[in-house]
Amino acid sequence: MATVEDHTPPTGEDFRHEIRSWLQQNCPPEMRDGAAGEDSICWGGSTWQFTSEAQKDWLERCAARGLTVPTWPKAYGGAGFSRAQDKILKEEMQAIDARVPLQSFGIWMLGPALLKFGSEEQKQQYLPPIARGEIRWCQGYSEPGAGSDLAGVQCHAADQGDTWLVNGQKIWTSYADRADWIFALLRTDREAKKHLGISFVLIDMRSEGVSTRPIQLISGASPFCETFFDNVTVPKQQVVGTINRGWDVAKYLLTHEREMISSGGNAMGTGRALGAVLSESDTGQSDPVLRGDAMRAEVDSLAFEMTLERYKDQAEGGQGVGDASAMLKYMGTELNKQRLELVMAAEGSAALTWGETPASAWLRTKANSIEGGTSEVMLSIISRRILNLPG
Amino acid sequence: MAKLVETEEETLLAEAARSLLDKSAPLTHLRQMRDSGARSDPALWQEMAAAGWAGVLIPEAAGGVDMGHAAAHVLAREMGRTLAVSPFLSTAVMAATLLRQFDDATTRAKLEKIASGGLTYAFALDETAKFAPDSIRLTAQKRGNGYTLNGKRRFVVDGCDADRILLLAESEEGPCLFDFANTATQGLQRDALEMIDSRDAADLTFDEVEVAGDALLGAAGAGYDLLKPALEAGQAALAAETVGLSQAAFDLTSSYLKERKQFGTTIGSFQALQHRAAHLWCEIELTQSAVLNAGRILDEDPKAARLAVSVAKARATDTAQKSVQEGVQMHGGIGMTDAFDMGFYMKRARVAAEWLGDYGYHAGIVAQLRGF
Repeated sequence: MATVEDHTPPTGEDFRHEIRSWLQQNCPPEMRDGAAGEDSICWGGSTWQFTSEAQKDWLERCAARGLTVPTWPKAYGGAGFSRAQDKILKEEMQAIDARVPLQSFGIWMLGPALLKFGSEEQKQQYLPPIARGEIRWCQGYSEPGAGSDLAGVQCHAADQGDTWLVNGQKIWTSYADRADWIFALLRTDREAKKHLGISFVLIDMRSEGVSTRPIQLISGASPFCETFFDNVTVPKQQVVGTINRGWDVAKYLLTHEREMISSGGNAMGTGRALGAVLSESDTGQSDPVLRGDAMRAEVDSLAFEMTLERYKDQAEGGQGVGDASAMLKYMGTELNKQRLELVMAAEGSAALTWGETPASAWLRTKANSIEGGTSEVMLSIISRRILNLPG
Repeated sequence: MAKLVETEEETLLAEAARSLLDKSAPLTHLRQMRDSGARSDPALWQEMAAAGWAGVLIPEAAGGVDMGHAAAHVLAREMGRTLAVSPFLSTAVMAATLLRQFDDATTRAKLEKIASGGLTYAFALDETAKFAPDSIRLTAQKRGNGYTLNGKRRFVVDGCDADRILLLAESEEGPCLFDFANTATQGLQRDALEMIDSRDAADLTFDEVEVAGDALLGAAGAGYDLLKPALEAGQAALAAETVGLSQAAFDLTSSYLKERKQFGTTIGSFQALQHRAAHLWCEIELTQSAVLNAGRILDEDPKAARLAVSVAKARATDTAQKSVQEGVQMHGGIGMTDAFDMGFYMKRARVAAEWLGDYGYHAGIVAQLRGF
């Protein structure tokens, strides 16, 4: 059998065929249920409980072939795929409704940061366990006093020679209670200007003095935590990039995060869903105001999808999305909120109970325009960096 | 599908278009035309034709350059920026798309004439104050070898000065498409409209107007199917023109935000205005994508273009309204003056909103195609 890891495969039909037959042989039937709910996602990590043998097999087989992180270099657990090859893999996975084998903040966020800013040793130490789903990461950015003004972080790392002594609090750390490690923005110089005294630090969550507390949201879920650091000792070599220049890493990752949130990382509703909901509900047919609003939402959503497509095409042509990711984040999340409002209205009182209703998803969308930078921060980024308006 | 990124060829075309328009049809040109009472400019159209614009959708065998819809959209967008007045949409986009469905010597001669700038068309579509091309009352009755037309058409864009008229009429055999000279004819009354955008439009009344048998294009009864591709091409190109308009109005506004001082500082430093300007920029980005997408689909799979075209036209209509309204408001008093250009953009945006289907018409098509 031609194997995916033996060589860097070409694109085109040979490659597609190779991928297709590998998927046919290796993707367990139970993992071919496509867009199953949030519960079906495998997040990995040392405490992960597989929901089935199939989930475990699927992760291990993909990891062995570098397919959990197809575009990462082979040396760090990836498959070394080009963008075009990655696209073919995604298309072939979609064609059989295959689940993504592994999702994590390590894959989305830390991996890209380490690939760009990490030392060779850090890459070798941290990337392969992310690719294999062994270590689960969380993101320590926001603090009670540093939300939109993220560069105002105060969680402090005091210089102790070979180590840092960390004290302070993070908030909105997604799944911190289930994570093995955290990547955090820490204040390492209180005298410097606020953007120039921050370092990007990796911390083992099992370290003495680290504790977490889940935050219950209006949707009933608790995806976010508070994370506390009480005299936590951290080796100096766990800083990524230059000490006090962690803001560069953070900015890079924020752009990355915006693209992810806007392009469906938070389950941007599909166009068909709204049409289906409206045509199935009595209200959707008879209420002209709702119908009008839904038409408008549909037109806007289609234009947004075309914009995602256009930006992807631009990126493939070597033209980065850059600051325009703020637009994707802003428009994508606002449209998503609007769609869920319409779904709630269409379903009327039938949507007002917990359980198999859109209520929880509707409430969850309200965080979309806050997390990863608020809509207002996005508009300010566009205003300053794209329109070059003063101030 | 081809990528949703402007190709190098399209970028060069846009640059060439800009230099022609800046020289021969800047916005001041429209102002002069309006002030002198002119509603069209044949010399400008000759210049555009010489640059290949009239033949942008005409096969090379018929003297065109056949560059496709996406290229036509680049030209339309640039014309939208300076509000250049020309028969480009009716003639080079819509009539060319319609006529190239036929492959006979007579049609080829017409296409050649269009490409050379020697023949212009107007589409007589509307019967009420709203676009509804599939519900028509104007009748064509067979009489001898020809037909007799009775009825009325309103808001016929380019209706005064175009050389020929294209229209759909209801006959015993179903909808028929007619193509005839727009000259003084017994029973044809042409009322020029004094349009807010200063362009050519007319109401046409047909009272026992006789047209020859060869005025019928294609088979009797097939008229609407023949007309549809021309309507879609026109709607998409009009969306492109409107995007150019939105961008130009936005450029004026964002420059003004950086210049105008009040309370001792530039007004662009006020967050209330910054966020509105940033939002408008986002709207224009989305609309640009919709127009690019429509162009690509029209070139590659025109039969599947309906949804993409309606998304583009709906978005373009909506975005242009926002762009000109914010344009006036953010300029304050000067935005209301005739001496300033924003009013020209506002009036054209209003006319473009109604022509070939307004927001509701196209959003309705989108909803229908998306299952509700």
